[in-house]
Amino acid sequence: MRQTRTVELGTGLFALLGIGALFFLVTQTTGGDDFNASEVYEVEARFQNVGSLKARAPVAMAGVTIGRVTNIEFDPIMLDAVVTMVIDEAYDQIPEDSDASILTAGLLGSQYIGLQAGGSDIYLEEGSEILFTQSAIVLENLIGKFLVNAGGSDSED
Amino acid sequence: MLRDLYITLRYFVTTFGAMTIFLFELLRHTPRVFFKRFNLVVGQVYNAGALSLVIIMVSGLFVGGVLGLQGYDNLQRFNAEDAVGTFAGFALVKELGPVITALLFAGRAGTALASEIGLMKATDQLSAMEMMAVNPVTRVVVPRFIGGVIAMPLLAGVFSAVGLLGAHLVGVTLLQVDVGAFWQQMQQTLEVKDVVEGIFKSFVFGMIASLMAVWEGYNAIPTAEGVGRATTRTVVITAIAVLISDFMITAAFLKG
Repeated sequence: MRQTRTVELGTGLFALLGIGALFFLVTQTTGGDDFNASEVYEVEARFQNVGSLKARAPVAMAGVTIGRVTNIEFDPIMLDAVVTMVIDEAYDQIPEDSDASILTAGLLGSQYIGLQAGGSDIYLEEGSEILFTQSAIVLENLIGKFLVNAGGSDSED
Repeated sequence: MLRDLYITLRYFVTTFGAMTIFLFELLRHTPRVFFKRFNLVVGQVYNAGALSLVIIMVSGLFVGGVLGLQGYDNLQRFNAEDAVGTFAGFALVKELGPVITALLFAGRAGTALASEIGLMKATDQLSAMEMMAVNPVTRVVVPRFIGGVIAMPLLAGVFSAVGLLGAHLVGVTLLQVDVGAFWQQMQQTLEVKDVVEGIFKSFVFGMIASLMAVWEGYNAIPTAEGVGRATTRTVVITAIAVLISDFMITAAFLKG
């Protein structure tokens, strides 16, 4: 009987410790999202180039995450990228002429959508489209331009 | 020469087939043993899991500490020593936690299982059970198998958690990496998917390690030498099988 007690106590402690460790790993080491709103509305934006923007990327306004990219599709007729995003229902007073640009977190960080407030009295709502967009800055293109410019100024000398 | 190759190959395929049949036999008995002989399973979880805790925790602490040292040393060349948390987290949760736990488990618990069952066979205890109309597979083998399968994911979780503590002690306390950067960068990069991958791996490794141990023990040549050889083979085969399947699981998860 005494033997069984020890075994049961040890097994119980071990199981609790193990489950506790797994719980710690799931909750403490993973980031989860800083965006989890239950009530959202969906808006669209068209970009010439989305760079390496991925679904689930954050949508931020003034640096605060207010939404998430849900889908990125290529439109074969307009030949541009259609980005669908959801925004927290709590922020329902974003002017309709706001400007969406694809930004990079840090020099080599992941890409996200930054919204810059416009001045309209009409607000974004379910299904509306953000008309003013600015494509992602592709580092290779920048370097290419820089090289062309550098070459040009050399030949002038 | 060619004939030798043929015999070896045929032996390998036959053994593999017999092992697969054995696994299905174990799985077939698993639900009944789990519910009807739960006290036996608890005893084996204690043997395989609780008694392995010390070696797992000490190893985890020092593996995490080494990751902290090496990660810091290499990352500071790129001025990225803040990423040591991400580095240690990824390494521990996805790879080192499950794999090293499985190897230690094979050494600590697998050998114990194999030699215990092998000695039972050598001393005719298994035959005696059969004489009493007790199926040795359900009474002896299956509880040990289930115990190992349950214990492994828990042990791997403990290993990873203690390893992160070790990395924290070395990285933050010793090498003065910012504590916020250490944990926050880890949290931003690691996803629940990665932890699930680690748990899935340790579950598969638990099946492999337990199966190899009970298989080798159950099929040991019933002599002192045979039991010794079975114990050695348990560790060797488990290590190889775990590392090969780790490669396959990693490749599958990277694609998916």
